[in-house]
Amino acid sequence: MIELTINNKQHKLDLPDDMPLLWALRDIVKLTGSKYGCGKGLCGACTVHMDGIAVRSCVMPISAVKGKSITTIEGLSENIDHPVQKAWLEINVPQCGYCQSGQIMSAASLLASNDSPSDDDIDQAMSGNLCRCGTYPRIRSAIHLAAKLAKEVK
Amino acid sequence: MSFLTKIGQVPTDEQIFNSNNDDLANEDAGKTTSCRIENVSRRSFLKVSGLASSSLVIGVQLASVQTVSAAKSGSSDFAPDVFISMDKRGTVTIICHRSEMGQGIRSSLPMLVADEMECDWQRVIVEQGLGDAKYGSQNTDGSRSVRRFYTRLKEAGATARTMLQTAAAQVWKVKPTQVEIYNHQAKLKSSSKTLDFSQLVEIAATLPVPDKKTLKLKKESEHRYVGKDTMPNIDGEAIVSGKAIYGFDVELEQMKYAVIARPPVLFGKVKSFDATEALKVPGVVKIVEMPTLTPPAVFKMLGGIAVIAENTWAALQARDKLKITWDHGDNANYNTKKYEQEFVKALKNPPHTARSRGNWEDAKTAADKIISRNYYVAGIAHATMEPPAATARISKDGVDVWTCTQTPQSAQSTAMGVMKIPKEKASSVKINVTLLGGGFGRKSKPDYIAEAVFLANETKMPIKVQWTREDEIKHGYYHSPSYQELSASFDKEQRSTGWYHGMVNHPIGSTFNPAAKEAGAAELGQTDMPFDIPNIKITNGESETSLRIGWVRSVTNINNVFAVSSFADELAVESNKDPKDYLLSLIGKDQFIDLAKDKAKYSNYGESNEQYPIDTSRLKNVINVVAKDANWGKKLPKGHGIGIAAHRSFCSYVATVVEVSSREGKIQIEKVYYAVDAGKVINPDRVRSQMEGAAIFSTSLAYYGEITADKGIVDQSNFHDYELARIGQVPVIEVNIIKNDHPPAGVGEPGVPPFAPALCNAIYNATGKRYRRLPLKQYGIV
Repeated sequence: MIELTINNKQHKLDLPDDMPLLWALRDIVKLTGSKYGCGKGLCGACTVHMDGIAVRSCVMPISAVKGKSITTIEGLSENIDHPVQKAWLEINVPQCGYCQSGQIMSAASLLASNDSPSDDDIDQAMSGNLCRCGTYPRIRSAIHLAAKLAKEVK
Repeated sequence: MSFLTKIGQVPTDEQIFNSNNDDLANEDAGKTTSCRIENVSRRSFLKVSGLASSSLVIGVQLASVQTVSAAKSGSSDFAPDVFISMDKRGTVTIICHRSEMGQGIRSSLPMLVADEMECDWQRVIVEQGLGDAKYGSQNTDGSRSVRRFYTRLKEAGATARTMLQTAAAQVWKVKPTQVEIYNHQAKLKSSSKTLDFSQLVEIAATLPVPDKKTLKLKKESEHRYVGKDTMPNIDGEAIVSGKAIYGFDVELEQMKYAVIARPPVLFGKVKSFDATEALKVPGVVKIVEMPTLTPPAVFKMLGGIAVIAENTWAALQARDKLKITWDHGDNANYNTKKYEQEFVKALKNPPHTARSRGNWEDAKTAADKIISRNYYVAGIAHATMEPPAATARISKDGVDVWTCTQTPQSAQSTAMGVMKIPKEKASSVKINVTLLGGGFGRKSKPDYIAEAVFLANETKMPIKVQWTREDEIKHGYYHSPSYQELSASFDKEQRSTGWYHGMVNHPIGSTFNPAAKEAGAAELGQTDMPFDIPNIKITNGESETSLRIGWVRSVTNINNVFAVSSFADELAVESNKDPKDYLLSLIGKDQFIDLAKDKAKYSNYGESNEQYPIDTSRLKNVINVVAKDANWGKKLPKGHGIGIAAHRSFCSYVATVVEVSSREGKIQIEKVYYAVDAGKVINPDRVRSQMEGAAIFSTSLAYYGEITADKGIVDQSNFHDYELARIGQVPVIEVNIIKNDHPPAGVGEPGVPPFAPALCNAIYNATGKRYRRLPLKQYGIV
């Protein structure tokens, strides 16, 4: 039995130790916001926060998150008002949207550790998140905007 | 015409690219139900924010579609058109019958309807239409949703508005001309009296539907939503909160998860298999042998062994433990490298002439100078971020499918084929269209839907088939590799006198008939070459393939335009001319190009030549505009280079300028400029985003796009060996949308073709090195 916190809710999951967190979230807990894209940690579509840090849930065995606090896109904010979400809507970032949960979770993690990232900081932090539709220039703009919005909130 | 009705016949390129190829007669249309993916904006967010525990899909509700017949049969709800209904509260539901894959169609088409109907956008719900012939074609490829439905949807909105106006006139006992309709309200002229739409629903529902000819459509200047930059994406909030539902996300009660081990070689078979170890994996429910695929591939299941399990991880673990002995069959000798040599041979004496003007042979003989080059573009995969997925449930009432499909009617006929359901019972097969995590043409091929329906029927359980990334890369419908030879002849005054272009690829037709050998889709970028040269010869060779070949965003425009626009740049350099000026001079005078005069078959993306002529003045205009935006001719920093290319495709005119830098042998794209003339535009922000996306899609294909095969087995498998462009490789992309009153044209694809040649022309300008093969990865410069 693995105990962990997902979006501030306690869960006890009886799952094989090697099941990646992604499939536990999607198939067992029925939180489908975190996406499958590659299963190898190459595309970032499955990105969630583990104790606030962005991790690739598709290669994170459930046994490794025992006792940890997981935040998924569904738990990022109550009312779609996280600065990153607000900036994403303002700039109209998503096209198909499939990779965007992962992009947003990576961006939120970046801003948590760097409140005014440069373009280079953004390119580095976001390089693990693929977007086939090609929203990268808007992602960059939206992260700058989110940084600004986060300061206004404070 | 459905592809599936044509199994065994070769669809022509015209049918593939230009027909409404998924139309399926469904006369029993009024009784269907619809999958409602809520417009998750603040006003409706609460309805779907909880996770449903019922048998319904999370965030997806089944709801009856209001129809004209419902209105006529005395229901008080108002449904003047298959695309529009309104309830007593005045909430307007607009059907989006085309699939959303990132192009913004679920926002753009309803904007058009709501604007014409004079709705308050805050009181509009967008409902995704089921696969149903009553909507007309739903085949969302060929960049034609707006092109084909612009007038139809304006008429739908105007019908509703006119009836509401008449209803208000009845209430006030005045002539309809005394009533103005604005933002969900009727207003009596020269008074302060108003009526909300909700107060008019019951009366409007009793009125006859006006004749189309009497409708007064809004002028461009009267639009309030159309053409405006401020419209939000209807699915934006759902996406950024993780609530949006894609094909991969469908969950049904009692549903099982399936993954399939497919034959590594196309038309290979399972010789024998041992599932003992696989069945020991906890959570595995069943192992099912899939039917063997026989040619033609069409959209049929690939075969193999399916694992059904309680969760995806169990299914994946068990699939790894299957012991399968394959009979690889005849295609096990296919090798991409060997076929490149075959391509070269195939152009020695190509048997097919696609276009002929004057006499190329004579021009060649008389020439003072001839320049010849050849180009090779590798095959590519779609690599949609969401791999294919479909969920099917069989009940006594029929078949329900939830899936990410570009073509719900073709999905329906595919499911009917698997279940042997006759055409007259089409309405028992319901295709619920989810959001698509990318499409690019892959999701217009419903093989994965056939798999889900087959497995749901075999197991009598709701089944979700999920393709892994490896499945998607190794079992695609690939854009074919291609080889091209171009020659140009010049007289003593350096005037171009002749143009020759030979092209060979594996034709898309081979997926539908293995006997099809003639290179496919010359008319996309090869035949419609826009240069005004007196002698032209355009030919195609033949080849065979052992892979499924399909259409990928902008199709053969990818390779044809790479060759034509690279070659034009080479000619400019050879002539010591500025590439932009030279390009304009090759295009020549303002004219409508008549390809029929050159004995060319040209279906013009399914549109008439009268409405959508090939207009060289518009092509030259986008070149001039993009050159001005890019400050063409400016002094560039050391190590920088600039390149240009332009092309008309899907009836839109697009020109691209790319600026690159070269440092220590590596290329970096510094800036990208687009000018696009797509005629009338509904949603400028989504036009811009499509051009941005096209630039990045093309960066991926130019840098990395290469599918190779050895012994019939595709070599690549995931994003480590089938790479895509990442954020650090992408600069600011400036898009200039030309405003005009031409009929609306395509947007999803036309941004792709000019990018790769503009990039390689820029690299030449920066480094003096000409790259005639894609991808560039092979040269170590990216």
